Amino acid sequence: MILISCPWCGDRDQTEFAYGGDATVQRPAPDDADPTRWFDYVHTRDNPRGSHRELWFHAFGCRQWVEVTRDTATHAVAGAVLAGLRVGEGETP
Amino acid sequence: MQRYSAFSLARRALGGHRGWEPAWRKATLRGAYDVVVIGGGGHGLATAYYLMANHGVARVAVIEKGWIGGGNVGRNTTVFRSNYLLEDNIRFYEHALKLWEGLTEELDFNLMVSQRGCLMLATSLGEMNALRRRGNMMRLAGTDAEYLSGDEVRREVPNVVGEDDGLWPIYGGLMQRRAGTIRHDAVAWGLARGASARGADIVENCEALDFLWTGGRISGVRTTLGDVTCDKVVLATAGSASLLAAKAGLRLPIESHLLQAFVTEGLKPLVDTVIVWGGPGHFYISQSDKGGLVFGGDLDGYNSYAQRGNLPLVEDVISAGIGLMPNISRLRLLRHWGGIMDMTMDGSPIIGPAPVDGLILDVGWCYGGFKAIPAGGWLAAHAAATGSPHELAPPFALDRFARGRLLDETGNGPVPNRQ
Ligand SMILES: Cc1cc2nc3c(=O)[nH]c(=O)nc-3n(C[C@H](O)[C@H](O)[C@H](O)COP(=O)(O)OP(=O)(O)OC[C@H]3O[C@@H](n4cnc5c(N)ncnc54)[C@H](O)[C@@H]3O)c2cc1C
Ligand SMILES: [Zn+2]
Repeated sequence: MILISCPWCGDRDQTEFAYGGDATVQRPAPDDADPTRWFDYVHTRDNPRGSHRELWFHAFGCRQWVEVTRDTATHAVAGAVLAGLRVGEGETP
Repeated sequence: MQRYSAFSLARRALGGHRGWEPAWRKATLRGAYDVVVIGGGGHGLATAYYLMANHGVARVAVIEKGWIGGGNVGRNTTVFRSNYLLEDNIRFYEHALKLWEGLTEELDFNLMVSQRGCLMLATSLGEMNALRRRGNMMRLAGTDAEYLSGDEVRREVPNVVGEDDGLWPIYGGLMQRRAGTIRHDAVAWGLARGASARGADIVENCEALDFLWTGGRISGVRTTLGDVTCDKVVLATAGSASLLAAKAGLRLPIESHLLQAFVTEGLKPLVDTVIVWGGPGHFYISQSDKGGLVFGGDLDGYNSYAQRGNLPLVEDVISAGIGLMPNISRLRLLRHWGGIMDMTMDGSPIIGPAPVDGLILDVGWCYGGFKAIPAGGWLAAHAAATGSPHELAPPFALDRFARGRLLDETGNGPVPNRQ
């Protein structure tokens, strides 16, 4: 069982969460007309073996999205913050 | 290489089974080849085999970072079938199915291909309509599909669906009689034998680390056993394709995910076909020749390269199984394990030339990667040897994602953990 430390609720079982995928992909601006940027956003992923920043939705808890840093080779969770706090590394979400 | 026959078996038996030669030759890496195949799973070995058997390519190497049979080719639940929904997929998996029907003789290695059928169950009217549509698509694409009513299902598999249907009412099913199971280790060994007999070098404990380049074109591979040059490289590293692709400057539409499988203690014959249930629960089951029930279900559902899963999914699969077949609730599990599947954004594989000169992809092997082995190898070998795609290959090209021509069987969209 993976234990996810929700910033609001503390350590909770993975079964309380729904997986939301890679948290590092950035949606292009709505008026961005370049199809390759949209293609990258929708389809391509780094898919690292090791540290991975990813989104989980605390569906059976506080119902907030959290960004978890987890090792994909060992499943060890390094930490979790409220999703959006790190968007664009310092930009206002 | 020693041939296998009833006669050779009898002769060795009289000699106390001494004097059997290895089924395939362990090679050491040479400096140059026509084609280097990275990954000694089913796809890599099939690619090497067909490069030599179909195209007469002379110098082929398969490099495998672990050992032959240690990857997903030896971790799957051995089901093969071509009962897909989309025409391009049906035609591709049907090509594989036809090849499986002849490979035991061709390779002189008993793959234990058992065409025991695959029965998909419907436990609601909606599911039954979806199965009917699938069956229609299969028949239009020229493969076999048989619609069964609820009563016919009960007669066909009385030990799976009892008189009172357990938790779920059975509306009917879709049967593909030519589907079934194959012994997966024999596939790895049989293909290794076939490729090796034709002169391919199969090199174990040899990890590809990076590519060698000549003027913007891939011209070799850097391995833990040294550099090797070649005209073409085929990437067949199911379960970790993104990692080496990144070294070629490619970012693939793939996430790696965990799939678990389970085997119970041995039983007398209970399930004589492959049952697939994609209803309120996802569960599929068959019985091995040793009597163990082999079953599985969904992915664990989060990116993973760990070849072991977590308990919530164990509970999920087993509760779906017991919901369908209450009679298995007291069985003990002998083993369960996990493997890594490279889930693409549409759930279908990527086969064909990469947008990098000298590199051919045979990757993105989701749930269907075992049954696809001969067809994947056939198409990858064709691309590597002729430089042009096989007639079945264009729908599986990497550029389909950018062009918006997806092969999304489940209709789930670009969410790999739901594909
Ligand atoms: C539990 C489970 C059940 C499944 N059930 C079914 C089923 O019933 N039917 C079905 O059709 N499919 C099934 N699959 C999927 C199927 O097993 C895989 O998609 C398929 O085996 C992948 O192709 P492969 O055999 O070539 O892979 P693998 O055997 O994984 O081959 C890839 C090889 O590449 C090697 N490699 C990786 N990186 C490097 C490197 N850098 N250098 C050298 N070598 C490298 C690996 O060590 C590995 O041996 C299942 C999968 C799992 C995990
Ligand atoms: Zn919470």
